[in-house]
Amino acid sequence: MTSLSRRKLLNSTMTVLTGSCAVLAMGALFVILGYILAGGIRALSLSFLLNTPKPIGEPGSGIANAIVGSVILIGVGSLIGMPVGILAGIYLSEFGTNKFGNLLRFLIDTLTGTPSIIVGVFVWTLMVRPMGNFSALSGAVALGIMMMPIVARTTEEMIRLVPHSLREAGLALGAPKWRVTLGVVLRTAASGVATGAMLAIARIAGETAPLLFTALGLNYMSTELLQPMASLTVQIFNYAGSPYEEWHDMAWAATLVLVAMILALNIAVKVLTRNRHQQA
Amino acid sequence: MDSTLAGNGPGSAAPLRQGSTDALSRHRSRPRIGDPVFKWTTGFFAVLVAGLAALIMVEMAIGSKLAIQTFGFGFLTRSIWDPVAGQFGALPFIYGTVISSLISLLIAVPVSLGVAIFLVEKAPRSLSNPSLFVVQLLAAIPSVVYGLWGIFVLAPTLRNYVYPKLQSSLGFLPLFQGNQNGLGLLTAGLILSIMVLPIITAVTTDVLRAVPGAQREASLALGSTKWEATLIVLQNAKSGISGAIILGLGRAIGETMAVTMVIGNRAHISASLFDPSFTIASAIANEFTEATTDIYLQSLVELGLILFIVTFIINMLARLLVWSVTRGEGRGGHD
Repeated sequence: MTSLSRRKLLNSTMTVLTGSCAVLAMGALFVILGYILAGGIRALSLSFLLNTPKPIGEPGSGIANAIVGSVILIGVGSLIGMPVGILAGIYLSEFGTNKFGNLLRFLIDTLTGTPSIIVGVFVWTLMVRPMGNFSALSGAVALGIMMMPIVARTTEEMIRLVPHSLREAGLALGAPKWRVTLGVVLRTAASGVATGAMLAIARIAGETAPLLFTALGLNYMSTELLQPMASLTVQIFNYAGSPYEEWHDMAWAATLVLVAMILALNIAVKVLTRNRHQQA
Repeated sequence: MDSTLAGNGPGSAAPLRQGSTDALSRHRSRPRIGDPVFKWTTGFFAVLVAGLAALIMVEMAIGSKLAIQTFGFGFLTRSIWDPVAGQFGALPFIYGTVISSLISLLIAVPVSLGVAIFLVEKAPRSLSNPSLFVVQLLAAIPSVVYGLWGIFVLAPTLRNYVYPKLQSSLGFLPLFQGNQNGLGLLTAGLILSIMVLPIITAVTTDVLRAVPGAQREASLALGSTKWEATLIVLQNAKSGISGAIILGLGRAIGETMAVTMVIGNRAHISASLFDPSFTIASAIANEFTEATTDIYLQSLVELGLILFIVTFIINMLARLLVWSVTRGEGRGGHD
């Protein structure tokens, strides 16, 4: 075999090899999604979504408390995490073009890689231990903390997309910088910031570890912020670890609900951002 | 400029212009309060978010003071974990964390690089962007869901079909001895490899795209094949790719739920990859609510502190490496 044909053979071999890696990676997703769909559909029904857990063996058990709990935890978490993240993002984009800004950006980027269990332990030492009991509020704080770096960075990026001429136009009209930033820049970037917030929600909606020793989990419906609260993820974890077949089925069904929600959010974000790039 | 305007203020100006200068100076004085307040408020929150790392570290150091004082640095090298006797050492968890992460990288790195190379260097943009999105969705699936899938699908499959074959062919190695119930180090490593694949792929893709297209063209113009041009690109993206891998390592080390559910949860060190083990993260997740004594709890918090410091350093290193490549101007890749 000549040297050239050997090189060409290597070239096509590598194309096939790297291509199969891509197929393998995408295949993994579809295999896992397939199992979730097949496993989840069995126990999924309207009553499953509307009822609360019943003792083992009793029919009509559901996860309504976990759905409500997750919504409350994510909602309160967003109320804590988003304002902080958005304000931090504004600072980074409007005042953070110097060395100090780069340092902050670097630290915030690094924080996004913090293991979520650490946030759980941190909030436990910060809130649960001093307050003396597990509470939904501490769970929400943990989720909020996880959102902060994500929201800060996406907000910054979205605000950066706003053309400089808009800022200049505002300043030329005599408006102070803060009014230009809030009234013109942030308003222009609002849909982008909202998309980033959705992405952050999608990220924290699947978190279990930060809730294990904060919101804990609960087998009945509760909306008390200072008491433990159920969540979809912790419920899945508890059901999966139980010895009962029936609870395993419920874990799969709850997973289907959770994953469908998270994938919908991700796809929505993708569609929204694509439209924006096309307009730009 | 401000002082000259102020000089023209009330009193010194002609009566006819007085109203307008008044309005002007009033208008000008407003931003002097508003803008600094705005800057400092947003700055406060930016520093707050960035300073979370320090806050977490201090809070956890205080929360584990007793354990740190009792065991000192020996905590890292002791392999006893006996809650009843009140003796705690982190070595079994460190071992489980290192081995499961290494297994995951061993599998995920070649595959991720393959995916990234294919998407950037081979596939057209119209194919590569949606494919990348699909791979990214792997990262969107919650950890607890991987754990569920791991317990009920992956572990039984491995136990029934894969591990027996592995043992019969490679059983002479201590790595593949002992009995296999499907839950152990190797299973945890396999699950982790799927979970770190998207982040390594995404960052490598970014890095490869940042390599200037001119390098590919130059190499092709000299008569190299596409693969040879890719090798040149890889050479130049080396530090960024290392960053991507280290970022993946950081994820693998800190991953909690999925690992907790499939690693078997036993605090001992064994050569066999089939044996149950514990990682730092899974130990915390598993034992925290069961910990009754103060020293037990504080030892777990100290484990968390170690995990946080290690992942923070790893992530910092990774970011620096990735930045060194992607901060450049070049936008390459195959269009």
